[in-house]
Amino acid sequence: MPEHIDHLLPAGLPQPERKPPARWLPSLVWLIPIVAAVVGLSLLVSALVSRGPEIAITFRTAEGLTPGKTPVRYKDLDIGVVKSARLAADRSHVIVTIALTRDAKSFAVADTRFWVVRPRFAISGVSGLETLLSGAYIGVDAGKSTETSHRFTGLEAPPVITTDSSGRQFVLRAQDLGSLDIGSPLFYRRVQVGHIVAYQLEPNGRDIRLRVFINKPYDRLVTADTRFWHASGVDLKLDANGLKLSTQSLVTVMLGGVAFQAPEHSNARTAAAENTEFLLAADQSEAMKEPEELAPALAVLNFDQSVRGLSPGAPVDFRGVTVGQVRSIGIEYQSDKKAFRMPVVVELYPSRMGLHEKDVADDMRKRAIVQSLVQRGMRAQLRTGNLLTGQLFVALDFFPKASLPTDLDLNASLPELPTTPGAFDELQAKLGDIVTKMGKVPFDQIGQDARTAMVSMNKMLVNVDKLVTQVNGDVAPQVLAALQDARRTLATANEALGPDASLQQDTRRMMQELTRTAASLRMLSDYLEQHPEALLSGKREEK
Amino acid sequence: MTLEGEPCPRCGAVLHHRKPAGVTRAWAFLLAAYLLYIPANLLPIMVTQSIFGTQRDTIISGVVYLWLSGSHMLALVVLIASVIVPLVKMMILTLLLLSVRRKSTWRIREQTRLYALVEIIGRWSMLDIFVVALLASLVRVGTLATIAPGGGAVAFASVVVLTMLSSLSFDPRLLWDALETSPSSIQYPHTDYAGTH
Repeated sequence: MPEHIDHLLPAGLPQPERKPPARWLPSLVWLIPIVAAVVGLSLLVSALVSRGPEIAITFRTAEGLTPGKTPVRYKDLDIGVVKSARLAADRSHVIVTIALTRDAKSFAVADTRFWVVRPRFAISGVSGLETLLSGAYIGVDAGKSTETSHRFTGLEAPPVITTDSSGRQFVLRAQDLGSLDIGSPLFYRRVQVGHIVAYQLEPNGRDIRLRVFINKPYDRLVTADTRFWHASGVDLKLDANGLKLSTQSLVTVMLGGVAFQAPEHSNARTAAAENTEFLLAADQSEAMKEPEELAPALAVLNFDQSVRGLSPGAPVDFRGVTVGQVRSIGIEYQSDKKAFRMPVVVELYPSRMGLHEKDVADDMRKRAIVQSLVQRGMRAQLRTGNLLTGQLFVALDFFPKASLPTDLDLNASLPELPTTPGAFDELQAKLGDIVTKMGKVPFDQIGQDARTAMVSMNKMLVNVDKLVTQVNGDVAPQVLAALQDARRTLATANEALGPDASLQQDTRRMMQELTRTAASLRMLSDYLEQHPEALLSGKREEK
Repeated sequence: MTLEGEPCPRCGAVLHHRKPAGVTRAWAFLLAAYLLYIPANLLPIMVTQSIFGTQRDTIISGVVYLWLSGSHMLALVVLIASVIVPLVKMMILTLLLLSVRRKSTWRIREQTRLYALVEIIGRWSMLDIFVVALLASLVRVGTLATIAPGGGAVAFASVVVLTMLSSLSFDPRLLWDALETSPSSIQYPHTDYAGTH
């Protein structure tokens, strides 16, 4: 201890022990920046390590996408976040850069699909409602490809089927799309079993190819002879059979859809292969029609009457059984008769009329059958199927009284069948006749005559009036006097016929005399009956 | 100067004229603060989980949000208290330490005032941490909403504490020591300064 401070200290103080300072202690402070560096570095490294691939997706708009916030979700698990969104060079779309997490590296493959999940009120349903609160996010359908990719084109709508849904696709060929759309449901006995995933117009412009996806295990229900038909909306059909309204379910009324089913008696059991092509019929009855074994035979029917109400597709009916349908309706000018007629071409299905292949294979035989039928009176007739709508159908029936047509050509390329005017038409013709006759009645003349008659009648009435006045003046007093005389006479007669009148008394007395006389006569006749001899011998004395 | 390194006769503590190893400590804490300042600003300071999703906010994103939502004053307060103040504080400390190291006599008086300023404003940077700590303890509504401090909060709190430690370790008298070693360059701004220190 230095001497110069000794005097400052109280006496008797122990000598402090001098400890050399720990030389290493100050350098211990450097541990702190080292720890900080380690922590900072570890954070940096972990950030770098956890960073997955960066991908770019193009979308039509960046609506609802917030850089740094909008997540990428797969099965509701965040697998990345939107880093930035910028406009493409040609301003046609936006490019969204996404930082995927490290675990999501496998999503950056060529066939992965991305779309923005927003609240969507599409015809196929409402989706993405949860994003009303949380904001949009990017949905992912993981691809199965092995080829990595970092550039994607985003879908504008969620895909109808995702890669992890299992089932099979089939192709339908339709005349028109109807009310179908991507996502429209597919029904099997009104159970929804699939979706329409795509449609396209064929290059020829006549057909539409639809791709449908049927979920497992329903895909096995599609066999070789399964029929598909439009179950779209409300199927309102107005034809000769009347008004027909059929719907599949309330959903399809709004959305449209496709139904399929195999015919009840189908024996096809094995499931159809994927991508098998089927026809899409307009409705169930058309779909379920049996394919005609025998080719339809064409015939022409020449009608001389209006064919209003007859349309192609109208049934040809034989005693209630549809044996064919109208194919076309035309009009033809007959130069020899200077008249028009309506050639209606019908197709007849021989198999529906119970004819067999051997009957139609031979032209001669076919013609002979038709000839005999026509000779027996078979005629075609237009009949009203529906009085309300005026729809017509063609009826085949036998009219034994019909006269045999002379100019029937059964050998032409289109054999002609004779026709007869319809019952309704005959009625119409007769009514027309009556109307014509009615038309000939000279209503004008009658009216005029009636008018003159009325005038003369008027004159006559005036005369009558005069006459009556005259009668009133001259004749009436005399008539009154005559009437008074008549009354007096009647009073006298009354007196003479009164109960106490002398005439009455005399008459009564006379009647009594007559009664007595009659009684005597009766006694006499009785006596004479018992004793006829009294006439000769006189009355015998009583004993 | 004679008692430098001698133990105190009363308590036995080693006596020093200046805070021992002050410069070294200040440098160490300052360096650590610089290092942690980076994650403090990059990592989320607050993680908000609600039914609307999870939101991770860094200090800057919070400032941007406040600014965009119209609370310009609040945004400025947060920006100054949480971003600028720690940075300025670290820079001032760096300046002070450098001038001590270089034995510079340039504007010693102002530098001393800066040191005082750092001491005063330094604690205000903890504002953010308090807000996060309060929210995290208050907002716990199960699945509806939960607020948790993020990694950035820890780093930020460390930065503030480290800068405070750094300024505590620094001995402002060291600034004036330069005057004694190089008397030729003495510039007395005022006559009465010596009495203050």
